[in-house]
Amino acid sequence: MTILTRAIRAAAVTASFALAAPASAGDAKEQYFPLATFRVGAYASSGIPSWAGVIDYLRYINEVEGGINGVKLFWDECETEWAVEKGVECYERVKGGKNGSPVAVFLPHGDPVSKALTEKSVADRIPLITTGYGRTEAIDGRVFPYSFTVLFSFWSEASSVVNYIAEQVGGKDKLKGVKIATIYHDSPYGKETQTPLDILSKEYGFENIQIPVPHPGNDQSAQWARVRQIKPDWVFLRGWGVMTPVAIKTAAKTGFPVNRIIGGIWSGSEEDVRPAGSVGKGYLAITPFPAGQDFEILKKIKAEIVDKNRSDLRDPKSFGSVYYNSGIIETIIAVEAIRTAQGRFGNRPITGEEAQWGLEHLVLDEARLKQIGAEGLVQPLTLSIKDHEGGGAGKVLQWDGAKWAIVSNGWVKSDRELLLPLIYERAAAYAKEKGIVPRTAESAEASAR
Amino acid sequence: MPPVASVSALPGAHPVRRALVPTLSARATMLAILVTTAFAVPAVASDYWLNAILIPFLIMALAGLGLNLTMGYAGQASLGTGAFMAAGAYATYNLLLRVPELPLPASLVLGGLVAGLVGLVVGLPSLRIKGFYLVATTLAAQFLIEWVLNQYPWFSNYASSSTISAPRLALAGYDLSRPGGRYLLTLGTVILVTAVAWRLVRSQTGRSWMAVRDMDTAAAVIGIPVAQAKLKAFFVGATVCGIAGALWAFAYLGTVDARSFDLDRSFQVMFVIIIGGMGSLAGSFIGAAFIVLLPILLSHVAGIVFGGAIDGGQLQNLQHILFGGLIVWLLIHEPDGLSALASRLWHRLAART
Amino acid sequence: MSFFLETLAGGLLAGVMYALVAIGFVLVYKASGVFNFAQGAMVLCAALTFVTLRERGIDLWLSGLITLAILVALAVAVERVVLRPLANRPQITLFMATLGLSYVIEGTSQLLMGASVHELDLGIPDTPIELGPIQLSQFDLAAAATAGALVIALSLFFDRTRIGLSLRAVADDPGAALSIGIRLQTLWAVVWAVAGFVALVAGLLWGARQGVQFSLTFVVLKALPVLIIGGFTSIAGAVVGGLIVGASDSLAEIYLGPLLGGSVSTWFAYVLAVAFLLARPAGLFGERAIERV
Repeated sequence: MTILTRAIRAAAVTASFALAAPASAGDAKEQYFPLATFRVGAYASSGIPSWAGVIDYLRYINEVEGGINGVKLFWDECETEWAVEKGVECYERVKGGKNGSPVAVFLPHGDPVSKALTEKSVADRIPLITTGYGRTEAIDGRVFPYSFTVLFSFWSEASSVVNYIAEQVGGKDKLKGVKIATIYHDSPYGKETQTPLDILSKEYGFENIQIPVPHPGNDQSAQWARVRQIKPDWVFLRGWGVMTPVAIKTAAKTGFPVNRIIGGIWSGSEEDVRPAGSVGKGYLAITPFPAGQDFEILKKIKAEIVDKNRSDLRDPKSFGSVYYNSGIIETIIAVEAIRTAQGRFGNRPITGEEAQWGLEHLVLDEARLKQIGAEGLVQPLTLSIKDHEGGGAGKVLQWDGAKWAIVSNGWVKSDRELLLPLIYERAAAYAKEKGIVPRTAESAEASAR
Repeated sequence: MPPVASVSALPGAHPVRRALVPTLSARATMLAILVTTAFAVPAVASDYWLNAILIPFLIMALAGLGLNLTMGYAGQASLGTGAFMAAGAYATYNLLLRVPELPLPASLVLGGLVAGLVGLVVGLPSLRIKGFYLVATTLAAQFLIEWVLNQYPWFSNYASSSTISAPRLALAGYDLSRPGGRYLLTLGTVILVTAVAWRLVRSQTGRSWMAVRDMDTAAAVIGIPVAQAKLKAFFVGATVCGIAGALWAFAYLGTVDARSFDLDRSFQVMFVIIIGGMGSLAGSFIGAAFIVLLPILLSHVAGIVFGGAIDGGQLQNLQHILFGGLIVWLLIHEPDGLSALASRLWHRLAART
Repeated sequence: MSFFLETLAGGLLAGVMYALVAIGFVLVYKASGVFNFAQGAMVLCAALTFVTLRERGIDLWLSGLITLAILVALAVAVERVVLRPLANRPQITLFMATLGLSYVIEGTSQLLMGASVHELDLGIPDTPIELGPIQLSQFDLAAAATAGALVIALSLFFDRTRIGLSLRAVADDPGAALSIGIRLQTLWAVVWAVAGFVALVAGLLWGARQGVQFSLTFVVLKALPVLIIGGFTSIAGAVVGGLIVGASDSLAEIYLGPLLGGSVSTWFAYVLAVAFLLARPAGLFGERAIERV
C-alpha cells in the first residue's frame, strides 16, 4: 500500500471524529428531515416532481402552519441517482441527525434501496416509509418493525386491478375465463405481483398470463407480438422508466386497444404517458397518488407556496401531477406520524423510535383528512403493528391526451382479507430464516416507554 | 578491462544501497502500521465511515485486485466482473443457507471458487479470441449470469422479491453483524487475499501471466503453457471477484438482487484498475479509493461550498462532468495509473530522507 | 405461419433501429480504432438538443442544423482534447476514455437541458398497416427507409469523396496513409462529426419511439452484439448484424422465452455474438486484424 491510501485512511480516521457526533432528542428545536433525492440519471424525470411535492409540503407546514405543533422542519438533500450504493451512503450520512436534531423517518424512494436498508434501519431504529413500493411482507410490522409499506403494497396493487376489471366486466363472478396478461419489468420489483395474481386467478378463475420485459424495456416488439397472439382481454402493465411509453407505443403499433391497458403504480404518471404522444389517449392506470389540482391542500399550496414563487417545482406543468402529488402524500403521512408521536412524547423533535410508535398509531380517517385538506387525495388509513399498509386501495386514472381523469368510483379496494394471511405466512417464514423474534403489541408498547 | 557499467556503478553503489535498505524496511514498517491502524479503525470510526466508505472501498479494491490478476497481469481483458461477483454472492448465500454447519470463511472461499469455475468457463474463448472481441465475449457472460440469477428462484431461495439477504454473520461465536464486525470481516479477507495474490504474482504463475500478457506467441515459443496460464488467470481472478461479490452482498449492502452486479459494476471495477494501475496490486487500492471516495468527497465539498445555493441535481451533473473529465485527464497524463504516480512520490520522499 | 412471419418482420424492423446506432460506432472505429462508448451519450445529446430547440419554437430544419453544428463542435473538441493526446495508446485505454467522455456529455446535456422526459413527434404516424396476413408499423417502415438512405449516403460519402477515400486508406494502413500526407487529425474530426450526424438520426428515431430521455443512452447495449456479429469496421456489417440481432431476439423471446422463463433477449444476442466470434473472430464483414490489449 502507498502513501496515498495511508493519507486517505488518516483523513478518514480524523474526519470520523468530526462526523460521528450522534444526535439525541431534546437539545434541538427543529425536526431534521433528510431527503435522498434523485434529480440526475435515468429516473430523474420521476424524481424531480416527487421531491418538489415533498419540499413544497414541508414549506407549507413550516410557513403556513408554523411547523408541526410549533416544531419547524429543516431538510437537506443528498443525491442518489436512484443507485443503491449512493442511497445507502446518503442514509448512513444522515442517519445520525443534524445539529442535534434526530431523524424521525427516512424516505428511500426506490425499491432496491429500500430492501438494502431493511435491516440497517432496524439496527438504527429509523422507520422507512415506502409508499407504493418495498417488500410486501413488510406489512407485518411484527417481523419488519421499521419498514412501512404504507398505502398500497404490490399485492394490493395487483388485487385492486383485478377488482377494477371485475367492476368493468360486471362482477367478480364474471372474471371466470377473462384473460389478463401482466407485462412486467423483469426485476424483483416486477415479479412482486406474480404470487398474488396466481392466488387471485385460482380464486376467481381468470386466466393469468405473465410476460416479462427485460430491463430497460426500450424494445418490446416480441412481447407485444405475443400479446397479439394470445389476445388478452386486459393488459396489466407493470413498468418502470422508459418501459411504459415504449409499451404504449408498441401496443398502439400492434393494434392492441390502449384503453384495455391498466398501468401499475409506476406506470401511471404524466412522465410515463406523455412521451407516447397521441396514442396514449385512453390509457388507464391504478395509483394511490391521484392526480389533480382541485384537492383542498393543493389549492392552499398553490396560493401560499407556488404563487409566491416558493415552490421547488421548475416546471409549473407538473403541479398536481401524479409524481408531485405522490410527494405531497408521502410527506403528509410522515408529518402526521410525527404529529401522532408528539401527542405521546411531547411537542419536540421526534426520534426514529418514537416515530415508529407514531406510525403504528397513525389514524387518518375521513375527518382528519378533511382537516388536512387531503380528502380524496389520501385514502383513509389506520396503521398498527400488524398492519403497516393501512389502506390498500387505489384510484384508476385515464389519460385524456393532456391530463389524467379519475375514472374509478372512488378508491378501488383490494382483497386484503384474502391476501393478508398469506402475507403473514411469508413474513413468518422470513423471520424464521433470519432468526427474528416477532414483536407483539405488548412488547412494542413496553419498549416505547 | 572491467565492464563499464560496473565501474560507473561503483561510486554510486553506497548511497543507492543506503537509500534502498531503509526504504524496504520502512515499507515493511509502514505496512505494519497501516494494518494495525486499519484494525483499530472500528474503535474510532463512525458507522458512516465504516458502512458507507471503508467497507465499499475495501470491497471495490478486492474486486479490482481480482480483475487486475486477469487483466493487469495476464492481459485478458474482461467485463464479466459483475457476473463473477454475482456468482460469488449467490453461491455463498446458498452455502450459508443450505450448509449451515460450514463456517463463514469456508463458505466465502467456496463461494469464491464457484465464481472461479464460472470464470474458467467464461475464459475459454480467450484461447481463440483476443483483445476487444474478448471483452465482448465476457459481456455475454455478464448478461447471461445476471439473467439466470434473476430468473430461477432457486438461487434466491424462492424469496418473493427474488433478493438474497445476509444470514446471520458470525465467526467462532463472535457476532459480525454490526458495522465494526462487518468491517473487520472485510478487512481480514482483503488482507489475506492480497497476501496470497502478492505471493502469486511473484511466483512462476505470475511470471507466466506477464509473459502471456506481453507477447503470447513469444511466451508459447519459450515453452510457457499459454492456454493454461490464461485459464488460470481467469479462474483466480474470478475467484477473488467472487469473494468480493459475497462481501458486497453481505458485509456491505445486506440485501441485494442480481442487478447489484450489473454491467455498471463491471465498468466500475475496470475503472478501478485502469485508474489505479494495471499490473499493480497497490493500484487496485488506489483506484478503488479514487472511484469510491472521490464522488463522496466531491458531494461533501460541494455541499459545503454551495450548500443549497445550487439545485442538488445541477450539483450532481457538475460532479459527473468533473469526474468524467478527471478520468480522461488521468488516462492522458498518467497512463500507468495512479500507482505509478504514487511510487514516483514515494521514491522522491525516500530519496530525501 | 403468418405469426412467425410477423414476428420475424417485427424483429427485422427492430434490428434496423439497432443498426442505426451501430453505424455510429463503426464510423469511429474505422477511423480511430476506438470503441466509442460515448456514442450513446451523443445520441442523447443530439436528441435532447433537437427537442429543446423545437420546444423553444424553432423551425424543424433550423433545429436540425443547429444540433448538427453543436455535434460538429463536439467532434472537433473530442479530437483535440481526448483523441489526439491518446493517440497510439492501447485500445482499452481509449475505450475507458470514451466512458469518461460519456459522463461529461451526459452531465453537460442534463445540466443545460434538464432531465425531464420530452415527447418528440416527427409527424410519422405509428399505426399498423396490413400487408396481406402481416401487420407492420408505418413508423418502423419509415425508420427502415431512413436507415437505408443513410447507408447509401454514407457509402457514397466514403467512396466518392476525398475524405472518404483517405478514411479507407487510414483503415487499411495508417502508416502508409500518413506518409502520403493524409492529415489524421482532420480526418478524425470529420468522422466524429459524421458519427454525430448518425447519432442525431438515431436519436430522433429512438426518441420518437420512447420519448427523449436519459435512457436513450441504453441503446448502446443492444448495439454491441450487432457490432460483434457484423464486425467493428463494416457499415454493411452493422446493417446485417442489426437485422440478425433484431430477428433472433424477437424469435428467441417468442419461441425460446416461454421455455426458459422469458427475458432471454437480454443475453441471447450476446451469446449468438460469441458463437459468431468463435466461428469467425473478426465478424461477418470485418477485416481480420491483430488485436492487442
